[in-house]
Amino acid sequence: MPRYAALIYEDRANELKAPTAEEWGAVMAEYTDFGDRAGAAGVIGGGEALQPTATATTVHVKGGKGGEVVTTDGPFAETKEVLGGFYLLDCANLDEALKWAAQIPGAWHGKVEVRPVIDFSEM
Amino acid sequence: MIRHEGGRVLATLVRLVGNIDIAEDAVQDAVVDALRRWPTEGVPANPAAWMTTAARNRALDVLRRESKRTAKETDARLLDEMSLALSEVTTDSMVRDDLLRLLFTCCHPALATESQLALALRTLCGMTTGEIAAVFLVPEPTMGQRISRAKKKIAAARIPYRVPADHELPDRLPAVLQVVHAVITAGHHSPEGRLDSRADLATEGVRLARLLTELMPDEPECTGLLALALATHARRDARLDANGRVVLLADQDRAAWDQSEIETAATMLDRVVRLHRPGRYQIEAAIACLHGIAPDFAATDWSQIASLYATLELLLPTPIVRVNRAVAVAHAQDAAAGLAVLDQPDIDMSAVESWHLYWSTRGELLARSGDPTAALEAFDLALECVSNDSDREFLLKRRGAVAGERREAS
Repeated sequence: MPRYAALIYEDRANELKAPTAEEWGAVMAEYTDFGDRAGAAGVIGGGEALQPTATATTVHVKGGKGGEVVTTDGPFAETKEVLGGFYLLDCANLDEALKWAAQIPGAWHGKVEVRPVIDFSEM
Repeated sequence: MIRHEGGRVLATLVRLVGNIDIAEDAVQDAVVDALRRWPTEGVPANPAAWMTTAARNRALDVLRRESKRTAKETDARLLDEMSLALSEVTTDSMVRDDLLRLLFTCCHPALATESQLALALRTLCGMTTGEIAAVFLVPEPTMGQRISRAKKKIAAARIPYRVPADHELPDRLPAVLQVVHAVITAGHHSPEGRLDSRADLATEGVRLARLLTELMPDEPECTGLLALALATHARRDARLDANGRVVLLADQDRAAWDQSEIETAATMLDRVVRLHRPGRYQIEAAIACLHGIAPDFAATDWSQIASLYATLELLLPTPIVRVNRAVAVAHAQDAAAGLAVLDQPDIDMSAVESWHLYWSTRGELLARSGDPTAALEAFDLALECVSNDSDREFLLKRRGAVAGERREAS
């Protein structure tokens, strides 16, 4: 079964704003509902939610392998929309994957990028 | 003939081999074979069947070679299935379904609009990359990359080769109609580019629209689009003068219009309008037919055209519809009434402020309502936005005439 990564992007302003317990509960309920339905359909092959970009650290090895390790505070690029989490979706084709991706709550609040995952056994 | 049969054969091959590239190569080889053998051996009784057989044999060869190279069990099994599938008889209704599948795959929303258009022309109309590049005025390598990127995406992301289910059609059909509409528009409206290839494109647009209507006879908008394509195509010989310059509708030689094509369009439109499922293409076709049946410009039923544009604007609130409506109202009533439509406060100025047709229309309406000073200002703004020479030449002529009238009046 082909696999797709559904990358959930949200507005950075949204990420910085601390949700109230009520808001947080509502979002979690939406994600639980999606997880239940997609899980029951056998579509979810994995996935994680990420801590805010404020907790991100970026490393780069200057001059290639064996070079100086440069560590910077923050995500690799400051963008308006940030990666907040992802699912791995096992779907027969892109239409199926898009159908499920549109049901991820992140697609209503932000955007979900769907990318096919490389199957190395086919190469 | 070979080119058009090629499109049908390709659609079937894509279903059988599940890969547009392999299918295209196989059909290309079959075309070469046909061009070599038919002149001496004669055209076979059923050219499409001949080409399908030739192409599928060729595809089988390629798949066999590939499976030997990768020596994989799954490929071998796939090949067996394929051999079975390839030996099945292909009926007309299967070909129809295949073409529809190919059309929906090419027009999948996961592909950029420009890629959808290029892929449809390439696979369904059999145009070469060079021909498509020429009509869209981009270098051939750019168009080649665009097409190959789209095909790679179809394969890697597994865009399915299928006709959407009925409940998905409302979402998916507009993209298909839009692609065919873009083919028709590109064939008629831009004066730049090679004229012979544009004429080709206009004919391909009619062919695609006819195909859509045959495939989905119950969709009034498909028929609406075909009627629009025909009514537009009917005026092809009058649209350009001997020097290739655009001739305005008012000045076109109506004797050069293909009246039988206009009649065909009007008849099919009458039929679908009775289904009471209106849409933009049916309305646009109705407008094109009203122009087509008018004996001369002045005798055009402008008030009906104006009310059709008003309905169209509800469905499609774009600046171009607004400008066309203003012109129709100006003809139906007077220039001041047209100007009032153009100046309705809900117009999106950011969308029109750098659009020469908006300013030139404004200038024309102002001139006719007796305000030459404001008209000249509008013509000047139009001249700032204009990008092609024949439009600039036309604008300068109109500006000069209005300036002359103003001098005479003072």
